[in-house]
Amino acid sequence: MIPVIGLVAGIALGLLLQPTVPSGLQPYVPIAIIAALDAVVGAARALIEGRFDDRVFVISFVSNVAIAAVMVFLGDQLGVGSQLSTGVIVVLGIRIFANAAAIRRSIFHA
Amino acid sequence: MRERLHGRSGWVIALLVGVLAFAITVQWRQAEEADDFSGVRGAELAELLRSLDATNARLTQQIDDLRASRDDLRDSNESTAEAREAAIRRANTLAILAGTVGAEGPGIEISITAPPGAVTASVLLDAVQEMRDAGAEVIAINGVARVVASTWFLDDDAGVRVSGRVLKPPYVMEVIGDPDTLADAVTFRGGLADRVESRGGTVEIEKRRQIQVTAVADAPEHQYARPASED
Repeated sequence: MIPVIGLVAGIALGLLLQPTVPSGLQPYVPIAIIAALDAVVGAARALIEGRFDDRVFVISFVSNVAIAAVMVFLGDQLGVGSQLSTGVIVVLGIRIFANAAAIRRSIFHA
Repeated sequence: MRERLHGRSGWVIALLVGVLAFAITVQWRQAEEADDFSGVRGAELAELLRSLDATNARLTQQIDDLRASRDDLRDSNESTAEAREAAIRRANTLAILAGTVGAEGPGIEISITAPPGAVTASVLLDAVQEMRDAGAEVIAINGVARVVASTWFLDDDAGVRVSGRVLKPPYVMEVIGDPDTLADAVTFRGGLADRVESRGGTVEIEKRRQIQVTAVADAPEHQYARPASED
C-alpha cells in the first residue's frame, strides 16, 4: 500500500504546488512520462504474474526515463527531434498495450 | 522471487510512483493551458511560420486579383454610362433633325398674307431654302407641318399641299435659329419679302426669344433603305 501513498502524495503535490515545467525540460517531460508509464505497467504485469522484483522495477523505471530523455535530446541535436519523439512514443505505446493485454489475460483469462 | 512492496524498497517504489504522478499532474495542467507556442520546437515554429507566410502570400495575391477585377468592372461601368449619354445626345440631335420630337429655342415667326394663288409651292419652298441657308434648325408651317428632309410641296386648289397636308393662307412659318440672321434672310433685296410683296402680299417678321414648335413629322418605316454596316 506504500506505492499508493506515493501516488496520492504525487498527485496532491502536483495540484497544490502547481509548478510550471521549465522550458528547457518541456520536450522531455511527456516522453519521460510515457517511459515511466511503460515501466509501471510492466511492473503491474509482473506483480500479477507473481514475478515482481523491486530492483528490476527501480532500474527499469530510471533507465526508461533516462533513455527516453537521451533519445529526445539526441533527436533535437540531430534535427529529427519530433520524428524521434513520435517513434519513441509509438514503441512505448506498443509495449504498454502488450503489457496491458497480458494483465487482461491474467485477470479475465480472455 | 523477491517481491517486496514493503520496507525500504517499498518506499523507493512509492517515491518513483509519486514522481510519475507528480509529473503527469504537472504536465496535464501544462498541456491544458498550452495555447501559446512556448512548448513548440524551433523547427516546427519555422514550419508554422512558412505555412503562414505561404497563406499570406496566397491571400495577398487573391486580394490583388479581386481588386483588379473590381476596377475593371468599375471602368467598364463608367464607359458604359458615358456611351449611354453620348447615345442619348445623338438620339436627341437626330430626333430634332428628323422632326419626331417637339423643339423650342430662339427664332422668328414669319406671317405671309397674300391674295389667293399668289403664294405657290415654289415660293414656300424657296422660303424654306432661304431659312436653311441662314442656319434654321427647325421649321414648321402653320403650326402643323414640320419641315424635314423628306418634306415636299405641291400646289393645290385650296392652297399648298405640304407632305400631303393641305395648308391654307395666311401662312405662318415658325423657324428656330439665330433670329437676326433669319430675319435678314427674309428681308434682303430680291428675297422672300420682295417676292411676296411683288405679288400683292405682305410679310411680317417677329423675332422671338422663345419659339415652341410642337408639330412633329411622321417617321416613315423605310421599305428599302437599311443602315449600311459601319465596320
